[in-house]
Amino acid sequence: MASIFAYVVHKDGAVDDSAAELLSAARKIDPDEEPVAITAGFGSDLDSVCETLQRSYREIWKISNEAFAYPNAELVRKALIKVLPPGSIVLVPHNHLGIDLSPGLSVKTNTPFVSDVLDIEGREGSWLKVVRQEFGGQISAHVMCDVSCGAVINIRPGAFKYLEASSGNGTIVDKSVEIGPISSGRRYLHTIVAESGDVDISKQPVLVSIGRGIQEQDNVAIAEQLADALGAVVSCSRPVVDAKWMDKSRQVGTSGKTVKPRVYIACGISGAFQHLAGLKGSPFIIAINKNPKAPIFQVADVGIVADLLEFLPILTEKTREARCVSAK
Amino acid sequence: MEILVCVRRVPDTSENEIELNSAGNDIERDELVYSINEWDNYAVEEALQIVSRVGGKVTVVTVGDDEDEEILRRQMAMGATHGVLLSDHLFAGSDGRGIAAILKAFIQKGNYELILTGVQAEDGAAQVGGMLAAMLDYPFASLVNSIEILDGKTLRITREIEGGNKELNEIDLPCVLSIQTGINEPRYVGMRGIRQVASVPIPTFGAPDLGVNPEIVGPLAAKIRRVDYFLPAAGRGAEMLYGKPEEIADKVVELVRTKGGLS
Repeated sequence: MASIFAYVVHKDGAVDDSAAELLSAARKIDPDEEPVAITAGFGSDLDSVCETLQRSYREIWKISNEAFAYPNAELVRKALIKVLPPGSIVLVPHNHLGIDLSPGLSVKTNTPFVSDVLDIEGREGSWLKVVRQEFGGQISAHVMCDVSCGAVINIRPGAFKYLEASSGNGTIVDKSVEIGPISSGRRYLHTIVAESGDVDISKQPVLVSIGRGIQEQDNVAIAEQLADALGAVVSCSRPVVDAKWMDKSRQVGTSGKTVKPRVYIACGISGAFQHLAGLKGSPFIIAINKNPKAPIFQVADVGIVADLLEFLPILTEKTREARCVSAK
Repeated sequence: MEILVCVRRVPDTSENEIELNSAGNDIERDELVYSINEWDNYAVEEALQIVSRVGGKVTVVTVGDDEDEEILRRQMAMGATHGVLLSDHLFAGSDGRGIAAILKAFIQKGNYELILTGVQAEDGAAQVGGMLAAMLDYPFASLVNSIEILDGKTLRITREIEGGNKELNEIDLPCVLSIQTGINEPRYVGMRGIRQVASVPIPTFGAPDLGVNPEIVGPLAAKIRRVDYFLPAAGRGAEMLYGKPEEIADKVVELVRTKGGLS
């Protein structure tokens, strides 16, 4: 059986949650194989990352180089190619680094690549059976991957169980000298922090959130009227921002804001995982969607199959009535 | 600038509900409406905007069959200079690696400075651009949401990272970029524009024309195989509210109040 490596992402010296999830993914591939954590970085940040990893991984391969002070996937890939033994199975979180890093890594190591894996069902000979999703989560698929010569597998953040650190004391193996001089045709300059926008949706107790189902820009006003009646604020999913109907600062999801309202009214939002990943603190979710099979109904507390343009004005009216009554 | 945009024709999820077929081994493909992959459409628009600023040509290419010509024509109606179809019975059933190998062979016959793909297609794999770059030994950046041309040799790009933040990079040409939705506002394509390009010939290249080794494409070379489709395991599931809209609305107001949302 091939060695299993988990590529650990970290930021400001803190290990990303995905490190603990990769560990449980590795156990599902082979419960008897101890996965090796592998991480690139620089300075004291990298040292504290490795110290943290010692508690959950038995072995940690550390690649220290000033070039990795910021994780540029083009450089990280070159380093991994130099240190990974042939035939390795490499697990990487499917986030902005994994999307950047892994397809090219699979080509350079001449191994198959499986993207955005939600579950691992087991092995059938040299083939590994995994679960993926297609069409924005509307449908799932079993995918077989020939792992006989190794593989690069991107793991969806949040899909695997978070394994709590034990009291282990893993060995740190410094691989830095094996890397040598390193450069790339792509150079990281700096990070541009998102503008805060007119309201901070992350601090709102109630959000009326709109998705593609709002259909056109003029209909945003219908959601705003409901939000006004509730004393809430309108947020949205990605397609609404892509269409430039709302500002980026109103977007909920991995590429937008993380929110933690008490009540979340999802209007015409299908419920893709990138969107749901931005919802924290277990809000009470009320989903309104005209498609009775929309994935949002699987995670919502209450669901209504309805046309937004008809239902939202009625809900607005009823909310106003209720507030009038309670004001008396 | 010579720009190549790799595109794909996919079932349009805004026009169809994707459902399982009765055998449970595929999605129901009868009466599916197909269109250009949404991410690819942004990539073509970005290419057109770049050549309108600095000059050059935009070629759109796809790996597929005769039916895929319609999306090439649609992108030509948008303004792409050329459309090219890479088609061969050997190509059918290729995995992402196979598709990237076919595109690589085509790219090496040309002189493209910038190669764009969409971040992902309907299978959400987000893989062909990165594989292609590695095969060509070109620099790569994924999730690109802005492009600035610095000079003939370098681009300044931003990548979408977490929390709405962006990562600013310089990247040398030639390179491969995967384009994120929202980078621009793709122009509208009317029927009139599509009619105007209806008779423009679309060159087609097969495995022998491209010098593609048959052993690296097709189902036998694929080390990734989808074996079936199934419906996602149902979650806890929402309590569905039925009845007259007014009654449902009353219930929703009451629920919002109970959950502390009406102060």
